[in-house]
Amino acid sequence: MLANQIGYYSLILGLLLSVLLCGVSIKDLNSSGKQINQKILSLSFLQLVFVILSFLSLILSFINSDFSNETVFNNSHTTKPLFYKISGTWGNHEGSLLLWLLVLTLFIFLFLIKSREQPKKYRIFTLLFQQIIIIGFFLFVLMTSNPFNFLFPIPNEGLGLNPILQDPALAIHPPILYLGYVGTSIIFSSSLAAVTQNYVTKEWGQHIKKWVLVSWIFLTIGIMLGSIWAYYELGWGGFWFWDPVENVSLMPWLTLTALLHCILVLERRAALTSWVVVLSITTFTLSMCGTFLVRSGILNSVHTFANDPARGIFILIFLFILIILSVGIFFSFHVESNKKSNNFFWFSRETSILINNWFMMYFLSVVLIGTVYPIFLEVISNEKISVGPPFYQKLIAPFLIPFLLFMYLGPSLQWIKSKIENKRSLIIYFLISAMLTFFIIKNLTTDLLFYTVLVSAAFFLFFTTLKELFIKKTNNLSQTVAHLGFSLLILSILFNSILSSEIITNIRVGEKYNYSKGEIFFKRIKESKESNFNSIIAYFEIKDENGKIIELKPEIRVYNQPAIITSEADIKTTLLEDKFLVMNLVKGNEYFNIRYQVKPFMVWIWISVLLLSLGGLMSLFKKRYEK
Amino acid sequence: MYGKKVKLRFLFLVFVLASVILTVFLILQSLRDNVVYFQSPTEIKSLIELDKRKIRLGGMVKEQSVFINSREVNFIITDYKNEINVIYSGAVPNLFAEGKGVVVEGFLKDKNYFLATKILAKHDENYMPPEVKEAIGDK
Repeated sequence: MLANQIGYYSLILGLLLSVLLCGVSIKDLNSSGKQINQKILSLSFLQLVFVILSFLSLILSFINSDFSNETVFNNSHTTKPLFYKISGTWGNHEGSLLLWLLVLTLFIFLFLIKSREQPKKYRIFTLLFQQIIIIGFFLFVLMTSNPFNFLFPIPNEGLGLNPILQDPALAIHPPILYLGYVGTSIIFSSSLAAVTQNYVTKEWGQHIKKWVLVSWIFLTIGIMLGSIWAYYELGWGGFWFWDPVENVSLMPWLTLTALLHCILVLERRAALTSWVVVLSITTFTLSMCGTFLVRSGILNSVHTFANDPARGIFILIFLFILIILSVGIFFSFHVESNKKSNNFFWFSRETSILINNWFMMYFLSVVLIGTVYPIFLEVISNEKISVGPPFYQKLIAPFLIPFLLFMYLGPSLQWIKSKIENKRSLIIYFLISAMLTFFIIKNLTTDLLFYTVLVSAAFFLFFTTLKELFIKKTNNLSQTVAHLGFSLLILSILFNSILSSEIITNIRVGEKYNYSKGEIFFKRIKESKESNFNSIIAYFEIKDENGKIIELKPEIRVYNQPAIITSEADIKTTLLEDKFLVMNLVKGNEYFNIRYQVKPFMVWIWISVLLLSLGGLMSLFKKRYEK
Repeated sequence: MYGKKVKLRFLFLVFVLASVILTVFLILQSLRDNVVYFQSPTEIKSLIELDKRKIRLGGMVKEQSVFINSREVNFIITDYKNEINVIYSGAVPNLFAEGKGVVVEGFLKDKNYFLATKILAKHDENYMPPEVKEAIGDK
């Protein structure tokens, strides 16, 4: 009860502090002195403390199962394990917005501490723009999705958290993803501030690069966690479905990756200034759009949860204000950088980064159009359509071939002007890749030529980056590791999709099912009881073509509150392949619907994404060594 | 003669424009081939010509209509005005049940039979796909 009050009033105090901060910082703009007023730092810290306090009191209400709080009532239950009571705090709309707010205030505070060497006016403007976003979110939380609504009479029991969210990966997925999403807000605010101060320079590039890297690392890992969760929890055995909700997280990732590359050009050569600013604005806009689309219920997605359209309108208006503001600032303040550094040569690292950006924009437009086209069509013609995975695969896969080749070529070029060395060894590497590919996949796929070229391109990048890493002792380790990770990612995705096999059948206890390569034996079932669910555990023996038997124990859980049935897949992971078995109950029948999949190189997909983020992490720390 | 820089700029602009046009063309082209339309049982009954493409069909699973054997699952999708028989072999999501909303993807055999290739899962049992809600007349 008390926690509710504290949480609510902390939020209001936080909002008031935002207004106060804006006032103080505008006054400080005109004052003399090199550093910003110490008061601003203290106020910003105080704001962070209030938001943390509010967040902690919500967690406390969840832990105590305080059902006088509407959010707790809607999303919690006394029998839920403590861990999921806590993670339930951000597993719902209100709580997740509070988390957004927390990260927003945390990042601006960190920004103020970490940017002491930057010009004063630039820092103050960044703070101002960030506070505009923060005020928007405070109003959004307080007006449309207050996490501390009071319920009377107080219910005895809550409605419970959707069981598929009661999962360790999903407990940490939202915070990590939000760190990435919200991190882009700092990039947005500071690039606008830099534009107003005519400070889009090499120094700014070096300073903002760290924030780009941090957001990028969190976003990458956040997307991966969501993907891992979808893989084992949704029971389809896939890790990416080209679903709108997944796409909206991929879009800011694409622009952020583009930004990450072209900030290098800014940092070294003070070029591409406008493009860097445009990318920063786009990235944050896409993150906001993601929130809007997921929370408004406009998207027709398999991940959609029941939600409230009124909230969508608020975010939409807010989004428009931010876009108009940023476009206005960009056009009225931005001046094209000094002309002398504009000498671009065709064959240089800059050009290769432009090519990277070209591809990123292409991938972005494919994903964007595929995601929003159904919405527009429905508004215009009332026809309901969906865009399936073939659309994305057809448009993206062919373009990966040149993309992968350029990923080798780009880093091996010099800045400004260069020529290729060691042509002969390159050709040898390419021939090895092509031959290897041909022998591996010649009997496996129908579209042999296309896959041979695509897989060889990936192998080519893989071998050449591996060579860089071990033989040449590259001086740009972080980039090599990240590119190696990407080539490994493409390779594992391709082999995973070409070599996967699955069997779906309906089966009764005690039955055997024979398929071309082996036998599935449904031995028995065992029932057990946990605090908030009953489970049926099935014992299967699966014999593969070599006669090797493995036992898999998929589970069906019948949750008490809310009354939902979920399937827990049983997965045997080895370095070479995952064996995946999931079972579904068909109500009122003795048949169980089972799905058995063999998924090669599954674990390598996760490893390669980790390698990719490791590259980012190394780059983040590398800069510190140099200083 | 224009300066080298102007010429470069011009070339760059042409390149950007060309690639934008190409991108838009490619995307629209493959959108046409890869979209899946959603239809309700009533809309299917009123079709003049059978749609050969893959479609999505949505409505409620009729009570007492689910039959299952080792190879396939049979059930009836209704929008309380018209009914379509669905024949399906594949994975069945847990939230699939009689009297609940469902969306299936697949092909029409004729106006009464639908060969489904996928039952689309949902995350939340209170959540009703908007198409289904509309198809059954927003109950």
